[in-house]
Amino acid sequence: MNHSISLTVNGARRDFVLDDPRVTLLDLLRERLHLTGTKKGCDRGQCGACTILVDGKRINSCLALAISHDGADILTIEGVARGDQLHPVQAAFIAHDGFQCGFCTPGQIMSAIGMMREAQAGNDPERIRECMSGNLCRCGAYAGIVDAVLEAQAGMDESNQRRSA
Amino acid sequence: MKSFDYVRPATVAEAVAAAAQPGAVYLAAGTNLLDLMKGGVSRPDRLVDVTHLDGLDAIETLADGSLRIGALVSNADLAHDANFAKSYPAVAEALLSGASAQLRNAATVGGNLLQRTRCAYFYDTASRCNKREAGTGCDARDGENRSHAVLGWSENCIATHPSDFCVPLVALDAVVEIEGRSGRREIALDELHRLPGNTPERDSALDPGDLIVAVRLPPAARVFSTHARYLKVRERTSYAFAVVSAAAALRIENGKVAEARVALGGVAAKPWRARPAEDVLRGVAPTADAFQEAAWRALADAKPSGDNAFKIELARRIVVRALLLAAAGTPARLPALPASPFASTSGAIHA
Repeated sequence: MNHSISLTVNGARRDFVLDDPRVTLLDLLRERLHLTGTKKGCDRGQCGACTILVDGKRINSCLALAISHDGADILTIEGVARGDQLHPVQAAFIAHDGFQCGFCTPGQIMSAIGMMREAQAGNDPERIRECMSGNLCRCGAYAGIVDAVLEAQAGMDESNQRRSA
Repeated sequence: MKSFDYVRPATVAEAVAAAAQPGAVYLAAGTNLLDLMKGGVSRPDRLVDVTHLDGLDAIETLADGSLRIGALVSNADLAHDANFAKSYPAVAEALLSGASAQLRNAATVGGNLLQRTRCAYFYDTASRCNKREAGTGCDARDGENRSHAVLGWSENCIATHPSDFCVPLVALDAVVEIEGRSGRREIALDELHRLPGNTPERDSALDPGDLIVAVRLPPAARVFSTHARYLKVRERTSYAFAVVSAAAALRIENGKVAEARVALGGVAAKPWRARPAEDVLRGVAPTADAFQEAAWRALADAKPSGDNAFKIELARRIVVRALLLAAAGTPARLPALPASPFASTSGAIHA
């Protein structure tokens, strides 16, 4: 039996007909939309490489059935920059060498963006490490990742201050 | 993954009818179920998706002072609800010590209660497992079993229940509201999970079609808010299941323990309420000696199920530590590493 769903992906509405309910959001993004920035690492919810934002919240897209997310608003790594202007978290990862091989990086960046929206960690490196523990980096770029998140967080705090001043 | 039919019911009644069929299971976030299905551990014929049902995602205070948590509230939304965290700090701490931020954003209250064991032999379909397939045997019994149960286990199964959330909940007398084929009923959380006995394939007291719609904390659960903690020993500092955990909650009046609640995680097939420990603390001063006695009683019936005798002593020490921290008072803000015995203050370094 075919199932029709629609999603908003990086701001654009997309309609799908699923001929099998087993399709995960991860596979839908990669195989149907060819948005391959979202990575398939473990495919079992353990590594965080597949992190995307669904309705503004970071989740593991490998453990989410597409069919169950009919109507959801999805943001992937392909949707965070504005044209050639990198998202502040992307820029901070480059500035601080927050990666080596780069495979986990889209998930790290989406997770960091989701974490900053959750506003639980602030500028405490220990809380950032804890809040980012769902994203593994086998190159061990954690120190650079934490520095990148700290800088992005500081930039966000500053721009919020400017806005409220 | 085996193929399945997908059903999206419009009402709870439709959901119950659809899920009462043989081979049907409920789908909430799927953070545990999809993992099990990908590994061939769970092979349902039909998924009944309850995530679109109305009215199951509210956190509400009832007229009598109870708190009612809808089954579809996410683990993160509950833990970060400021009023919830203030009133039930040990529950918030337990939630935030579990899984990762991504999983907590998706995982639901009802799903957390019904997550399956993390026993590696249950997950490995090439191994014998009485829980996965009744009557086949238990390869954990003579296998790698240092993380397995020390309380309430049987020769048929030595698996543990992995939930952190359930541990303080069972200490606080949480009640589970269930919609089933014969209508609404409720049971104590302490009666939801079953010990293995001769039927380890049955995790819970639920019947086919039964849907958890809410978890309720009684009015008395609020009285512990100033002295409640959850502590959890893991094999890494974050994003790991408990080797052993403990929830401790105290009501202290005039320098004496008026009432104590103690429960253990990672030690049995269910969140383990330690009533003998609670009884011995009633009316005594909250001292390390009293807590030692309580810890001893909490583990009085414990016995190793394999290479895990260390968990008994570890559990005793975690009970004492959790009680000491509870007596010292709930911190104004949760520590940077929730429930970690290695971080008492923000700024600590990952152990």
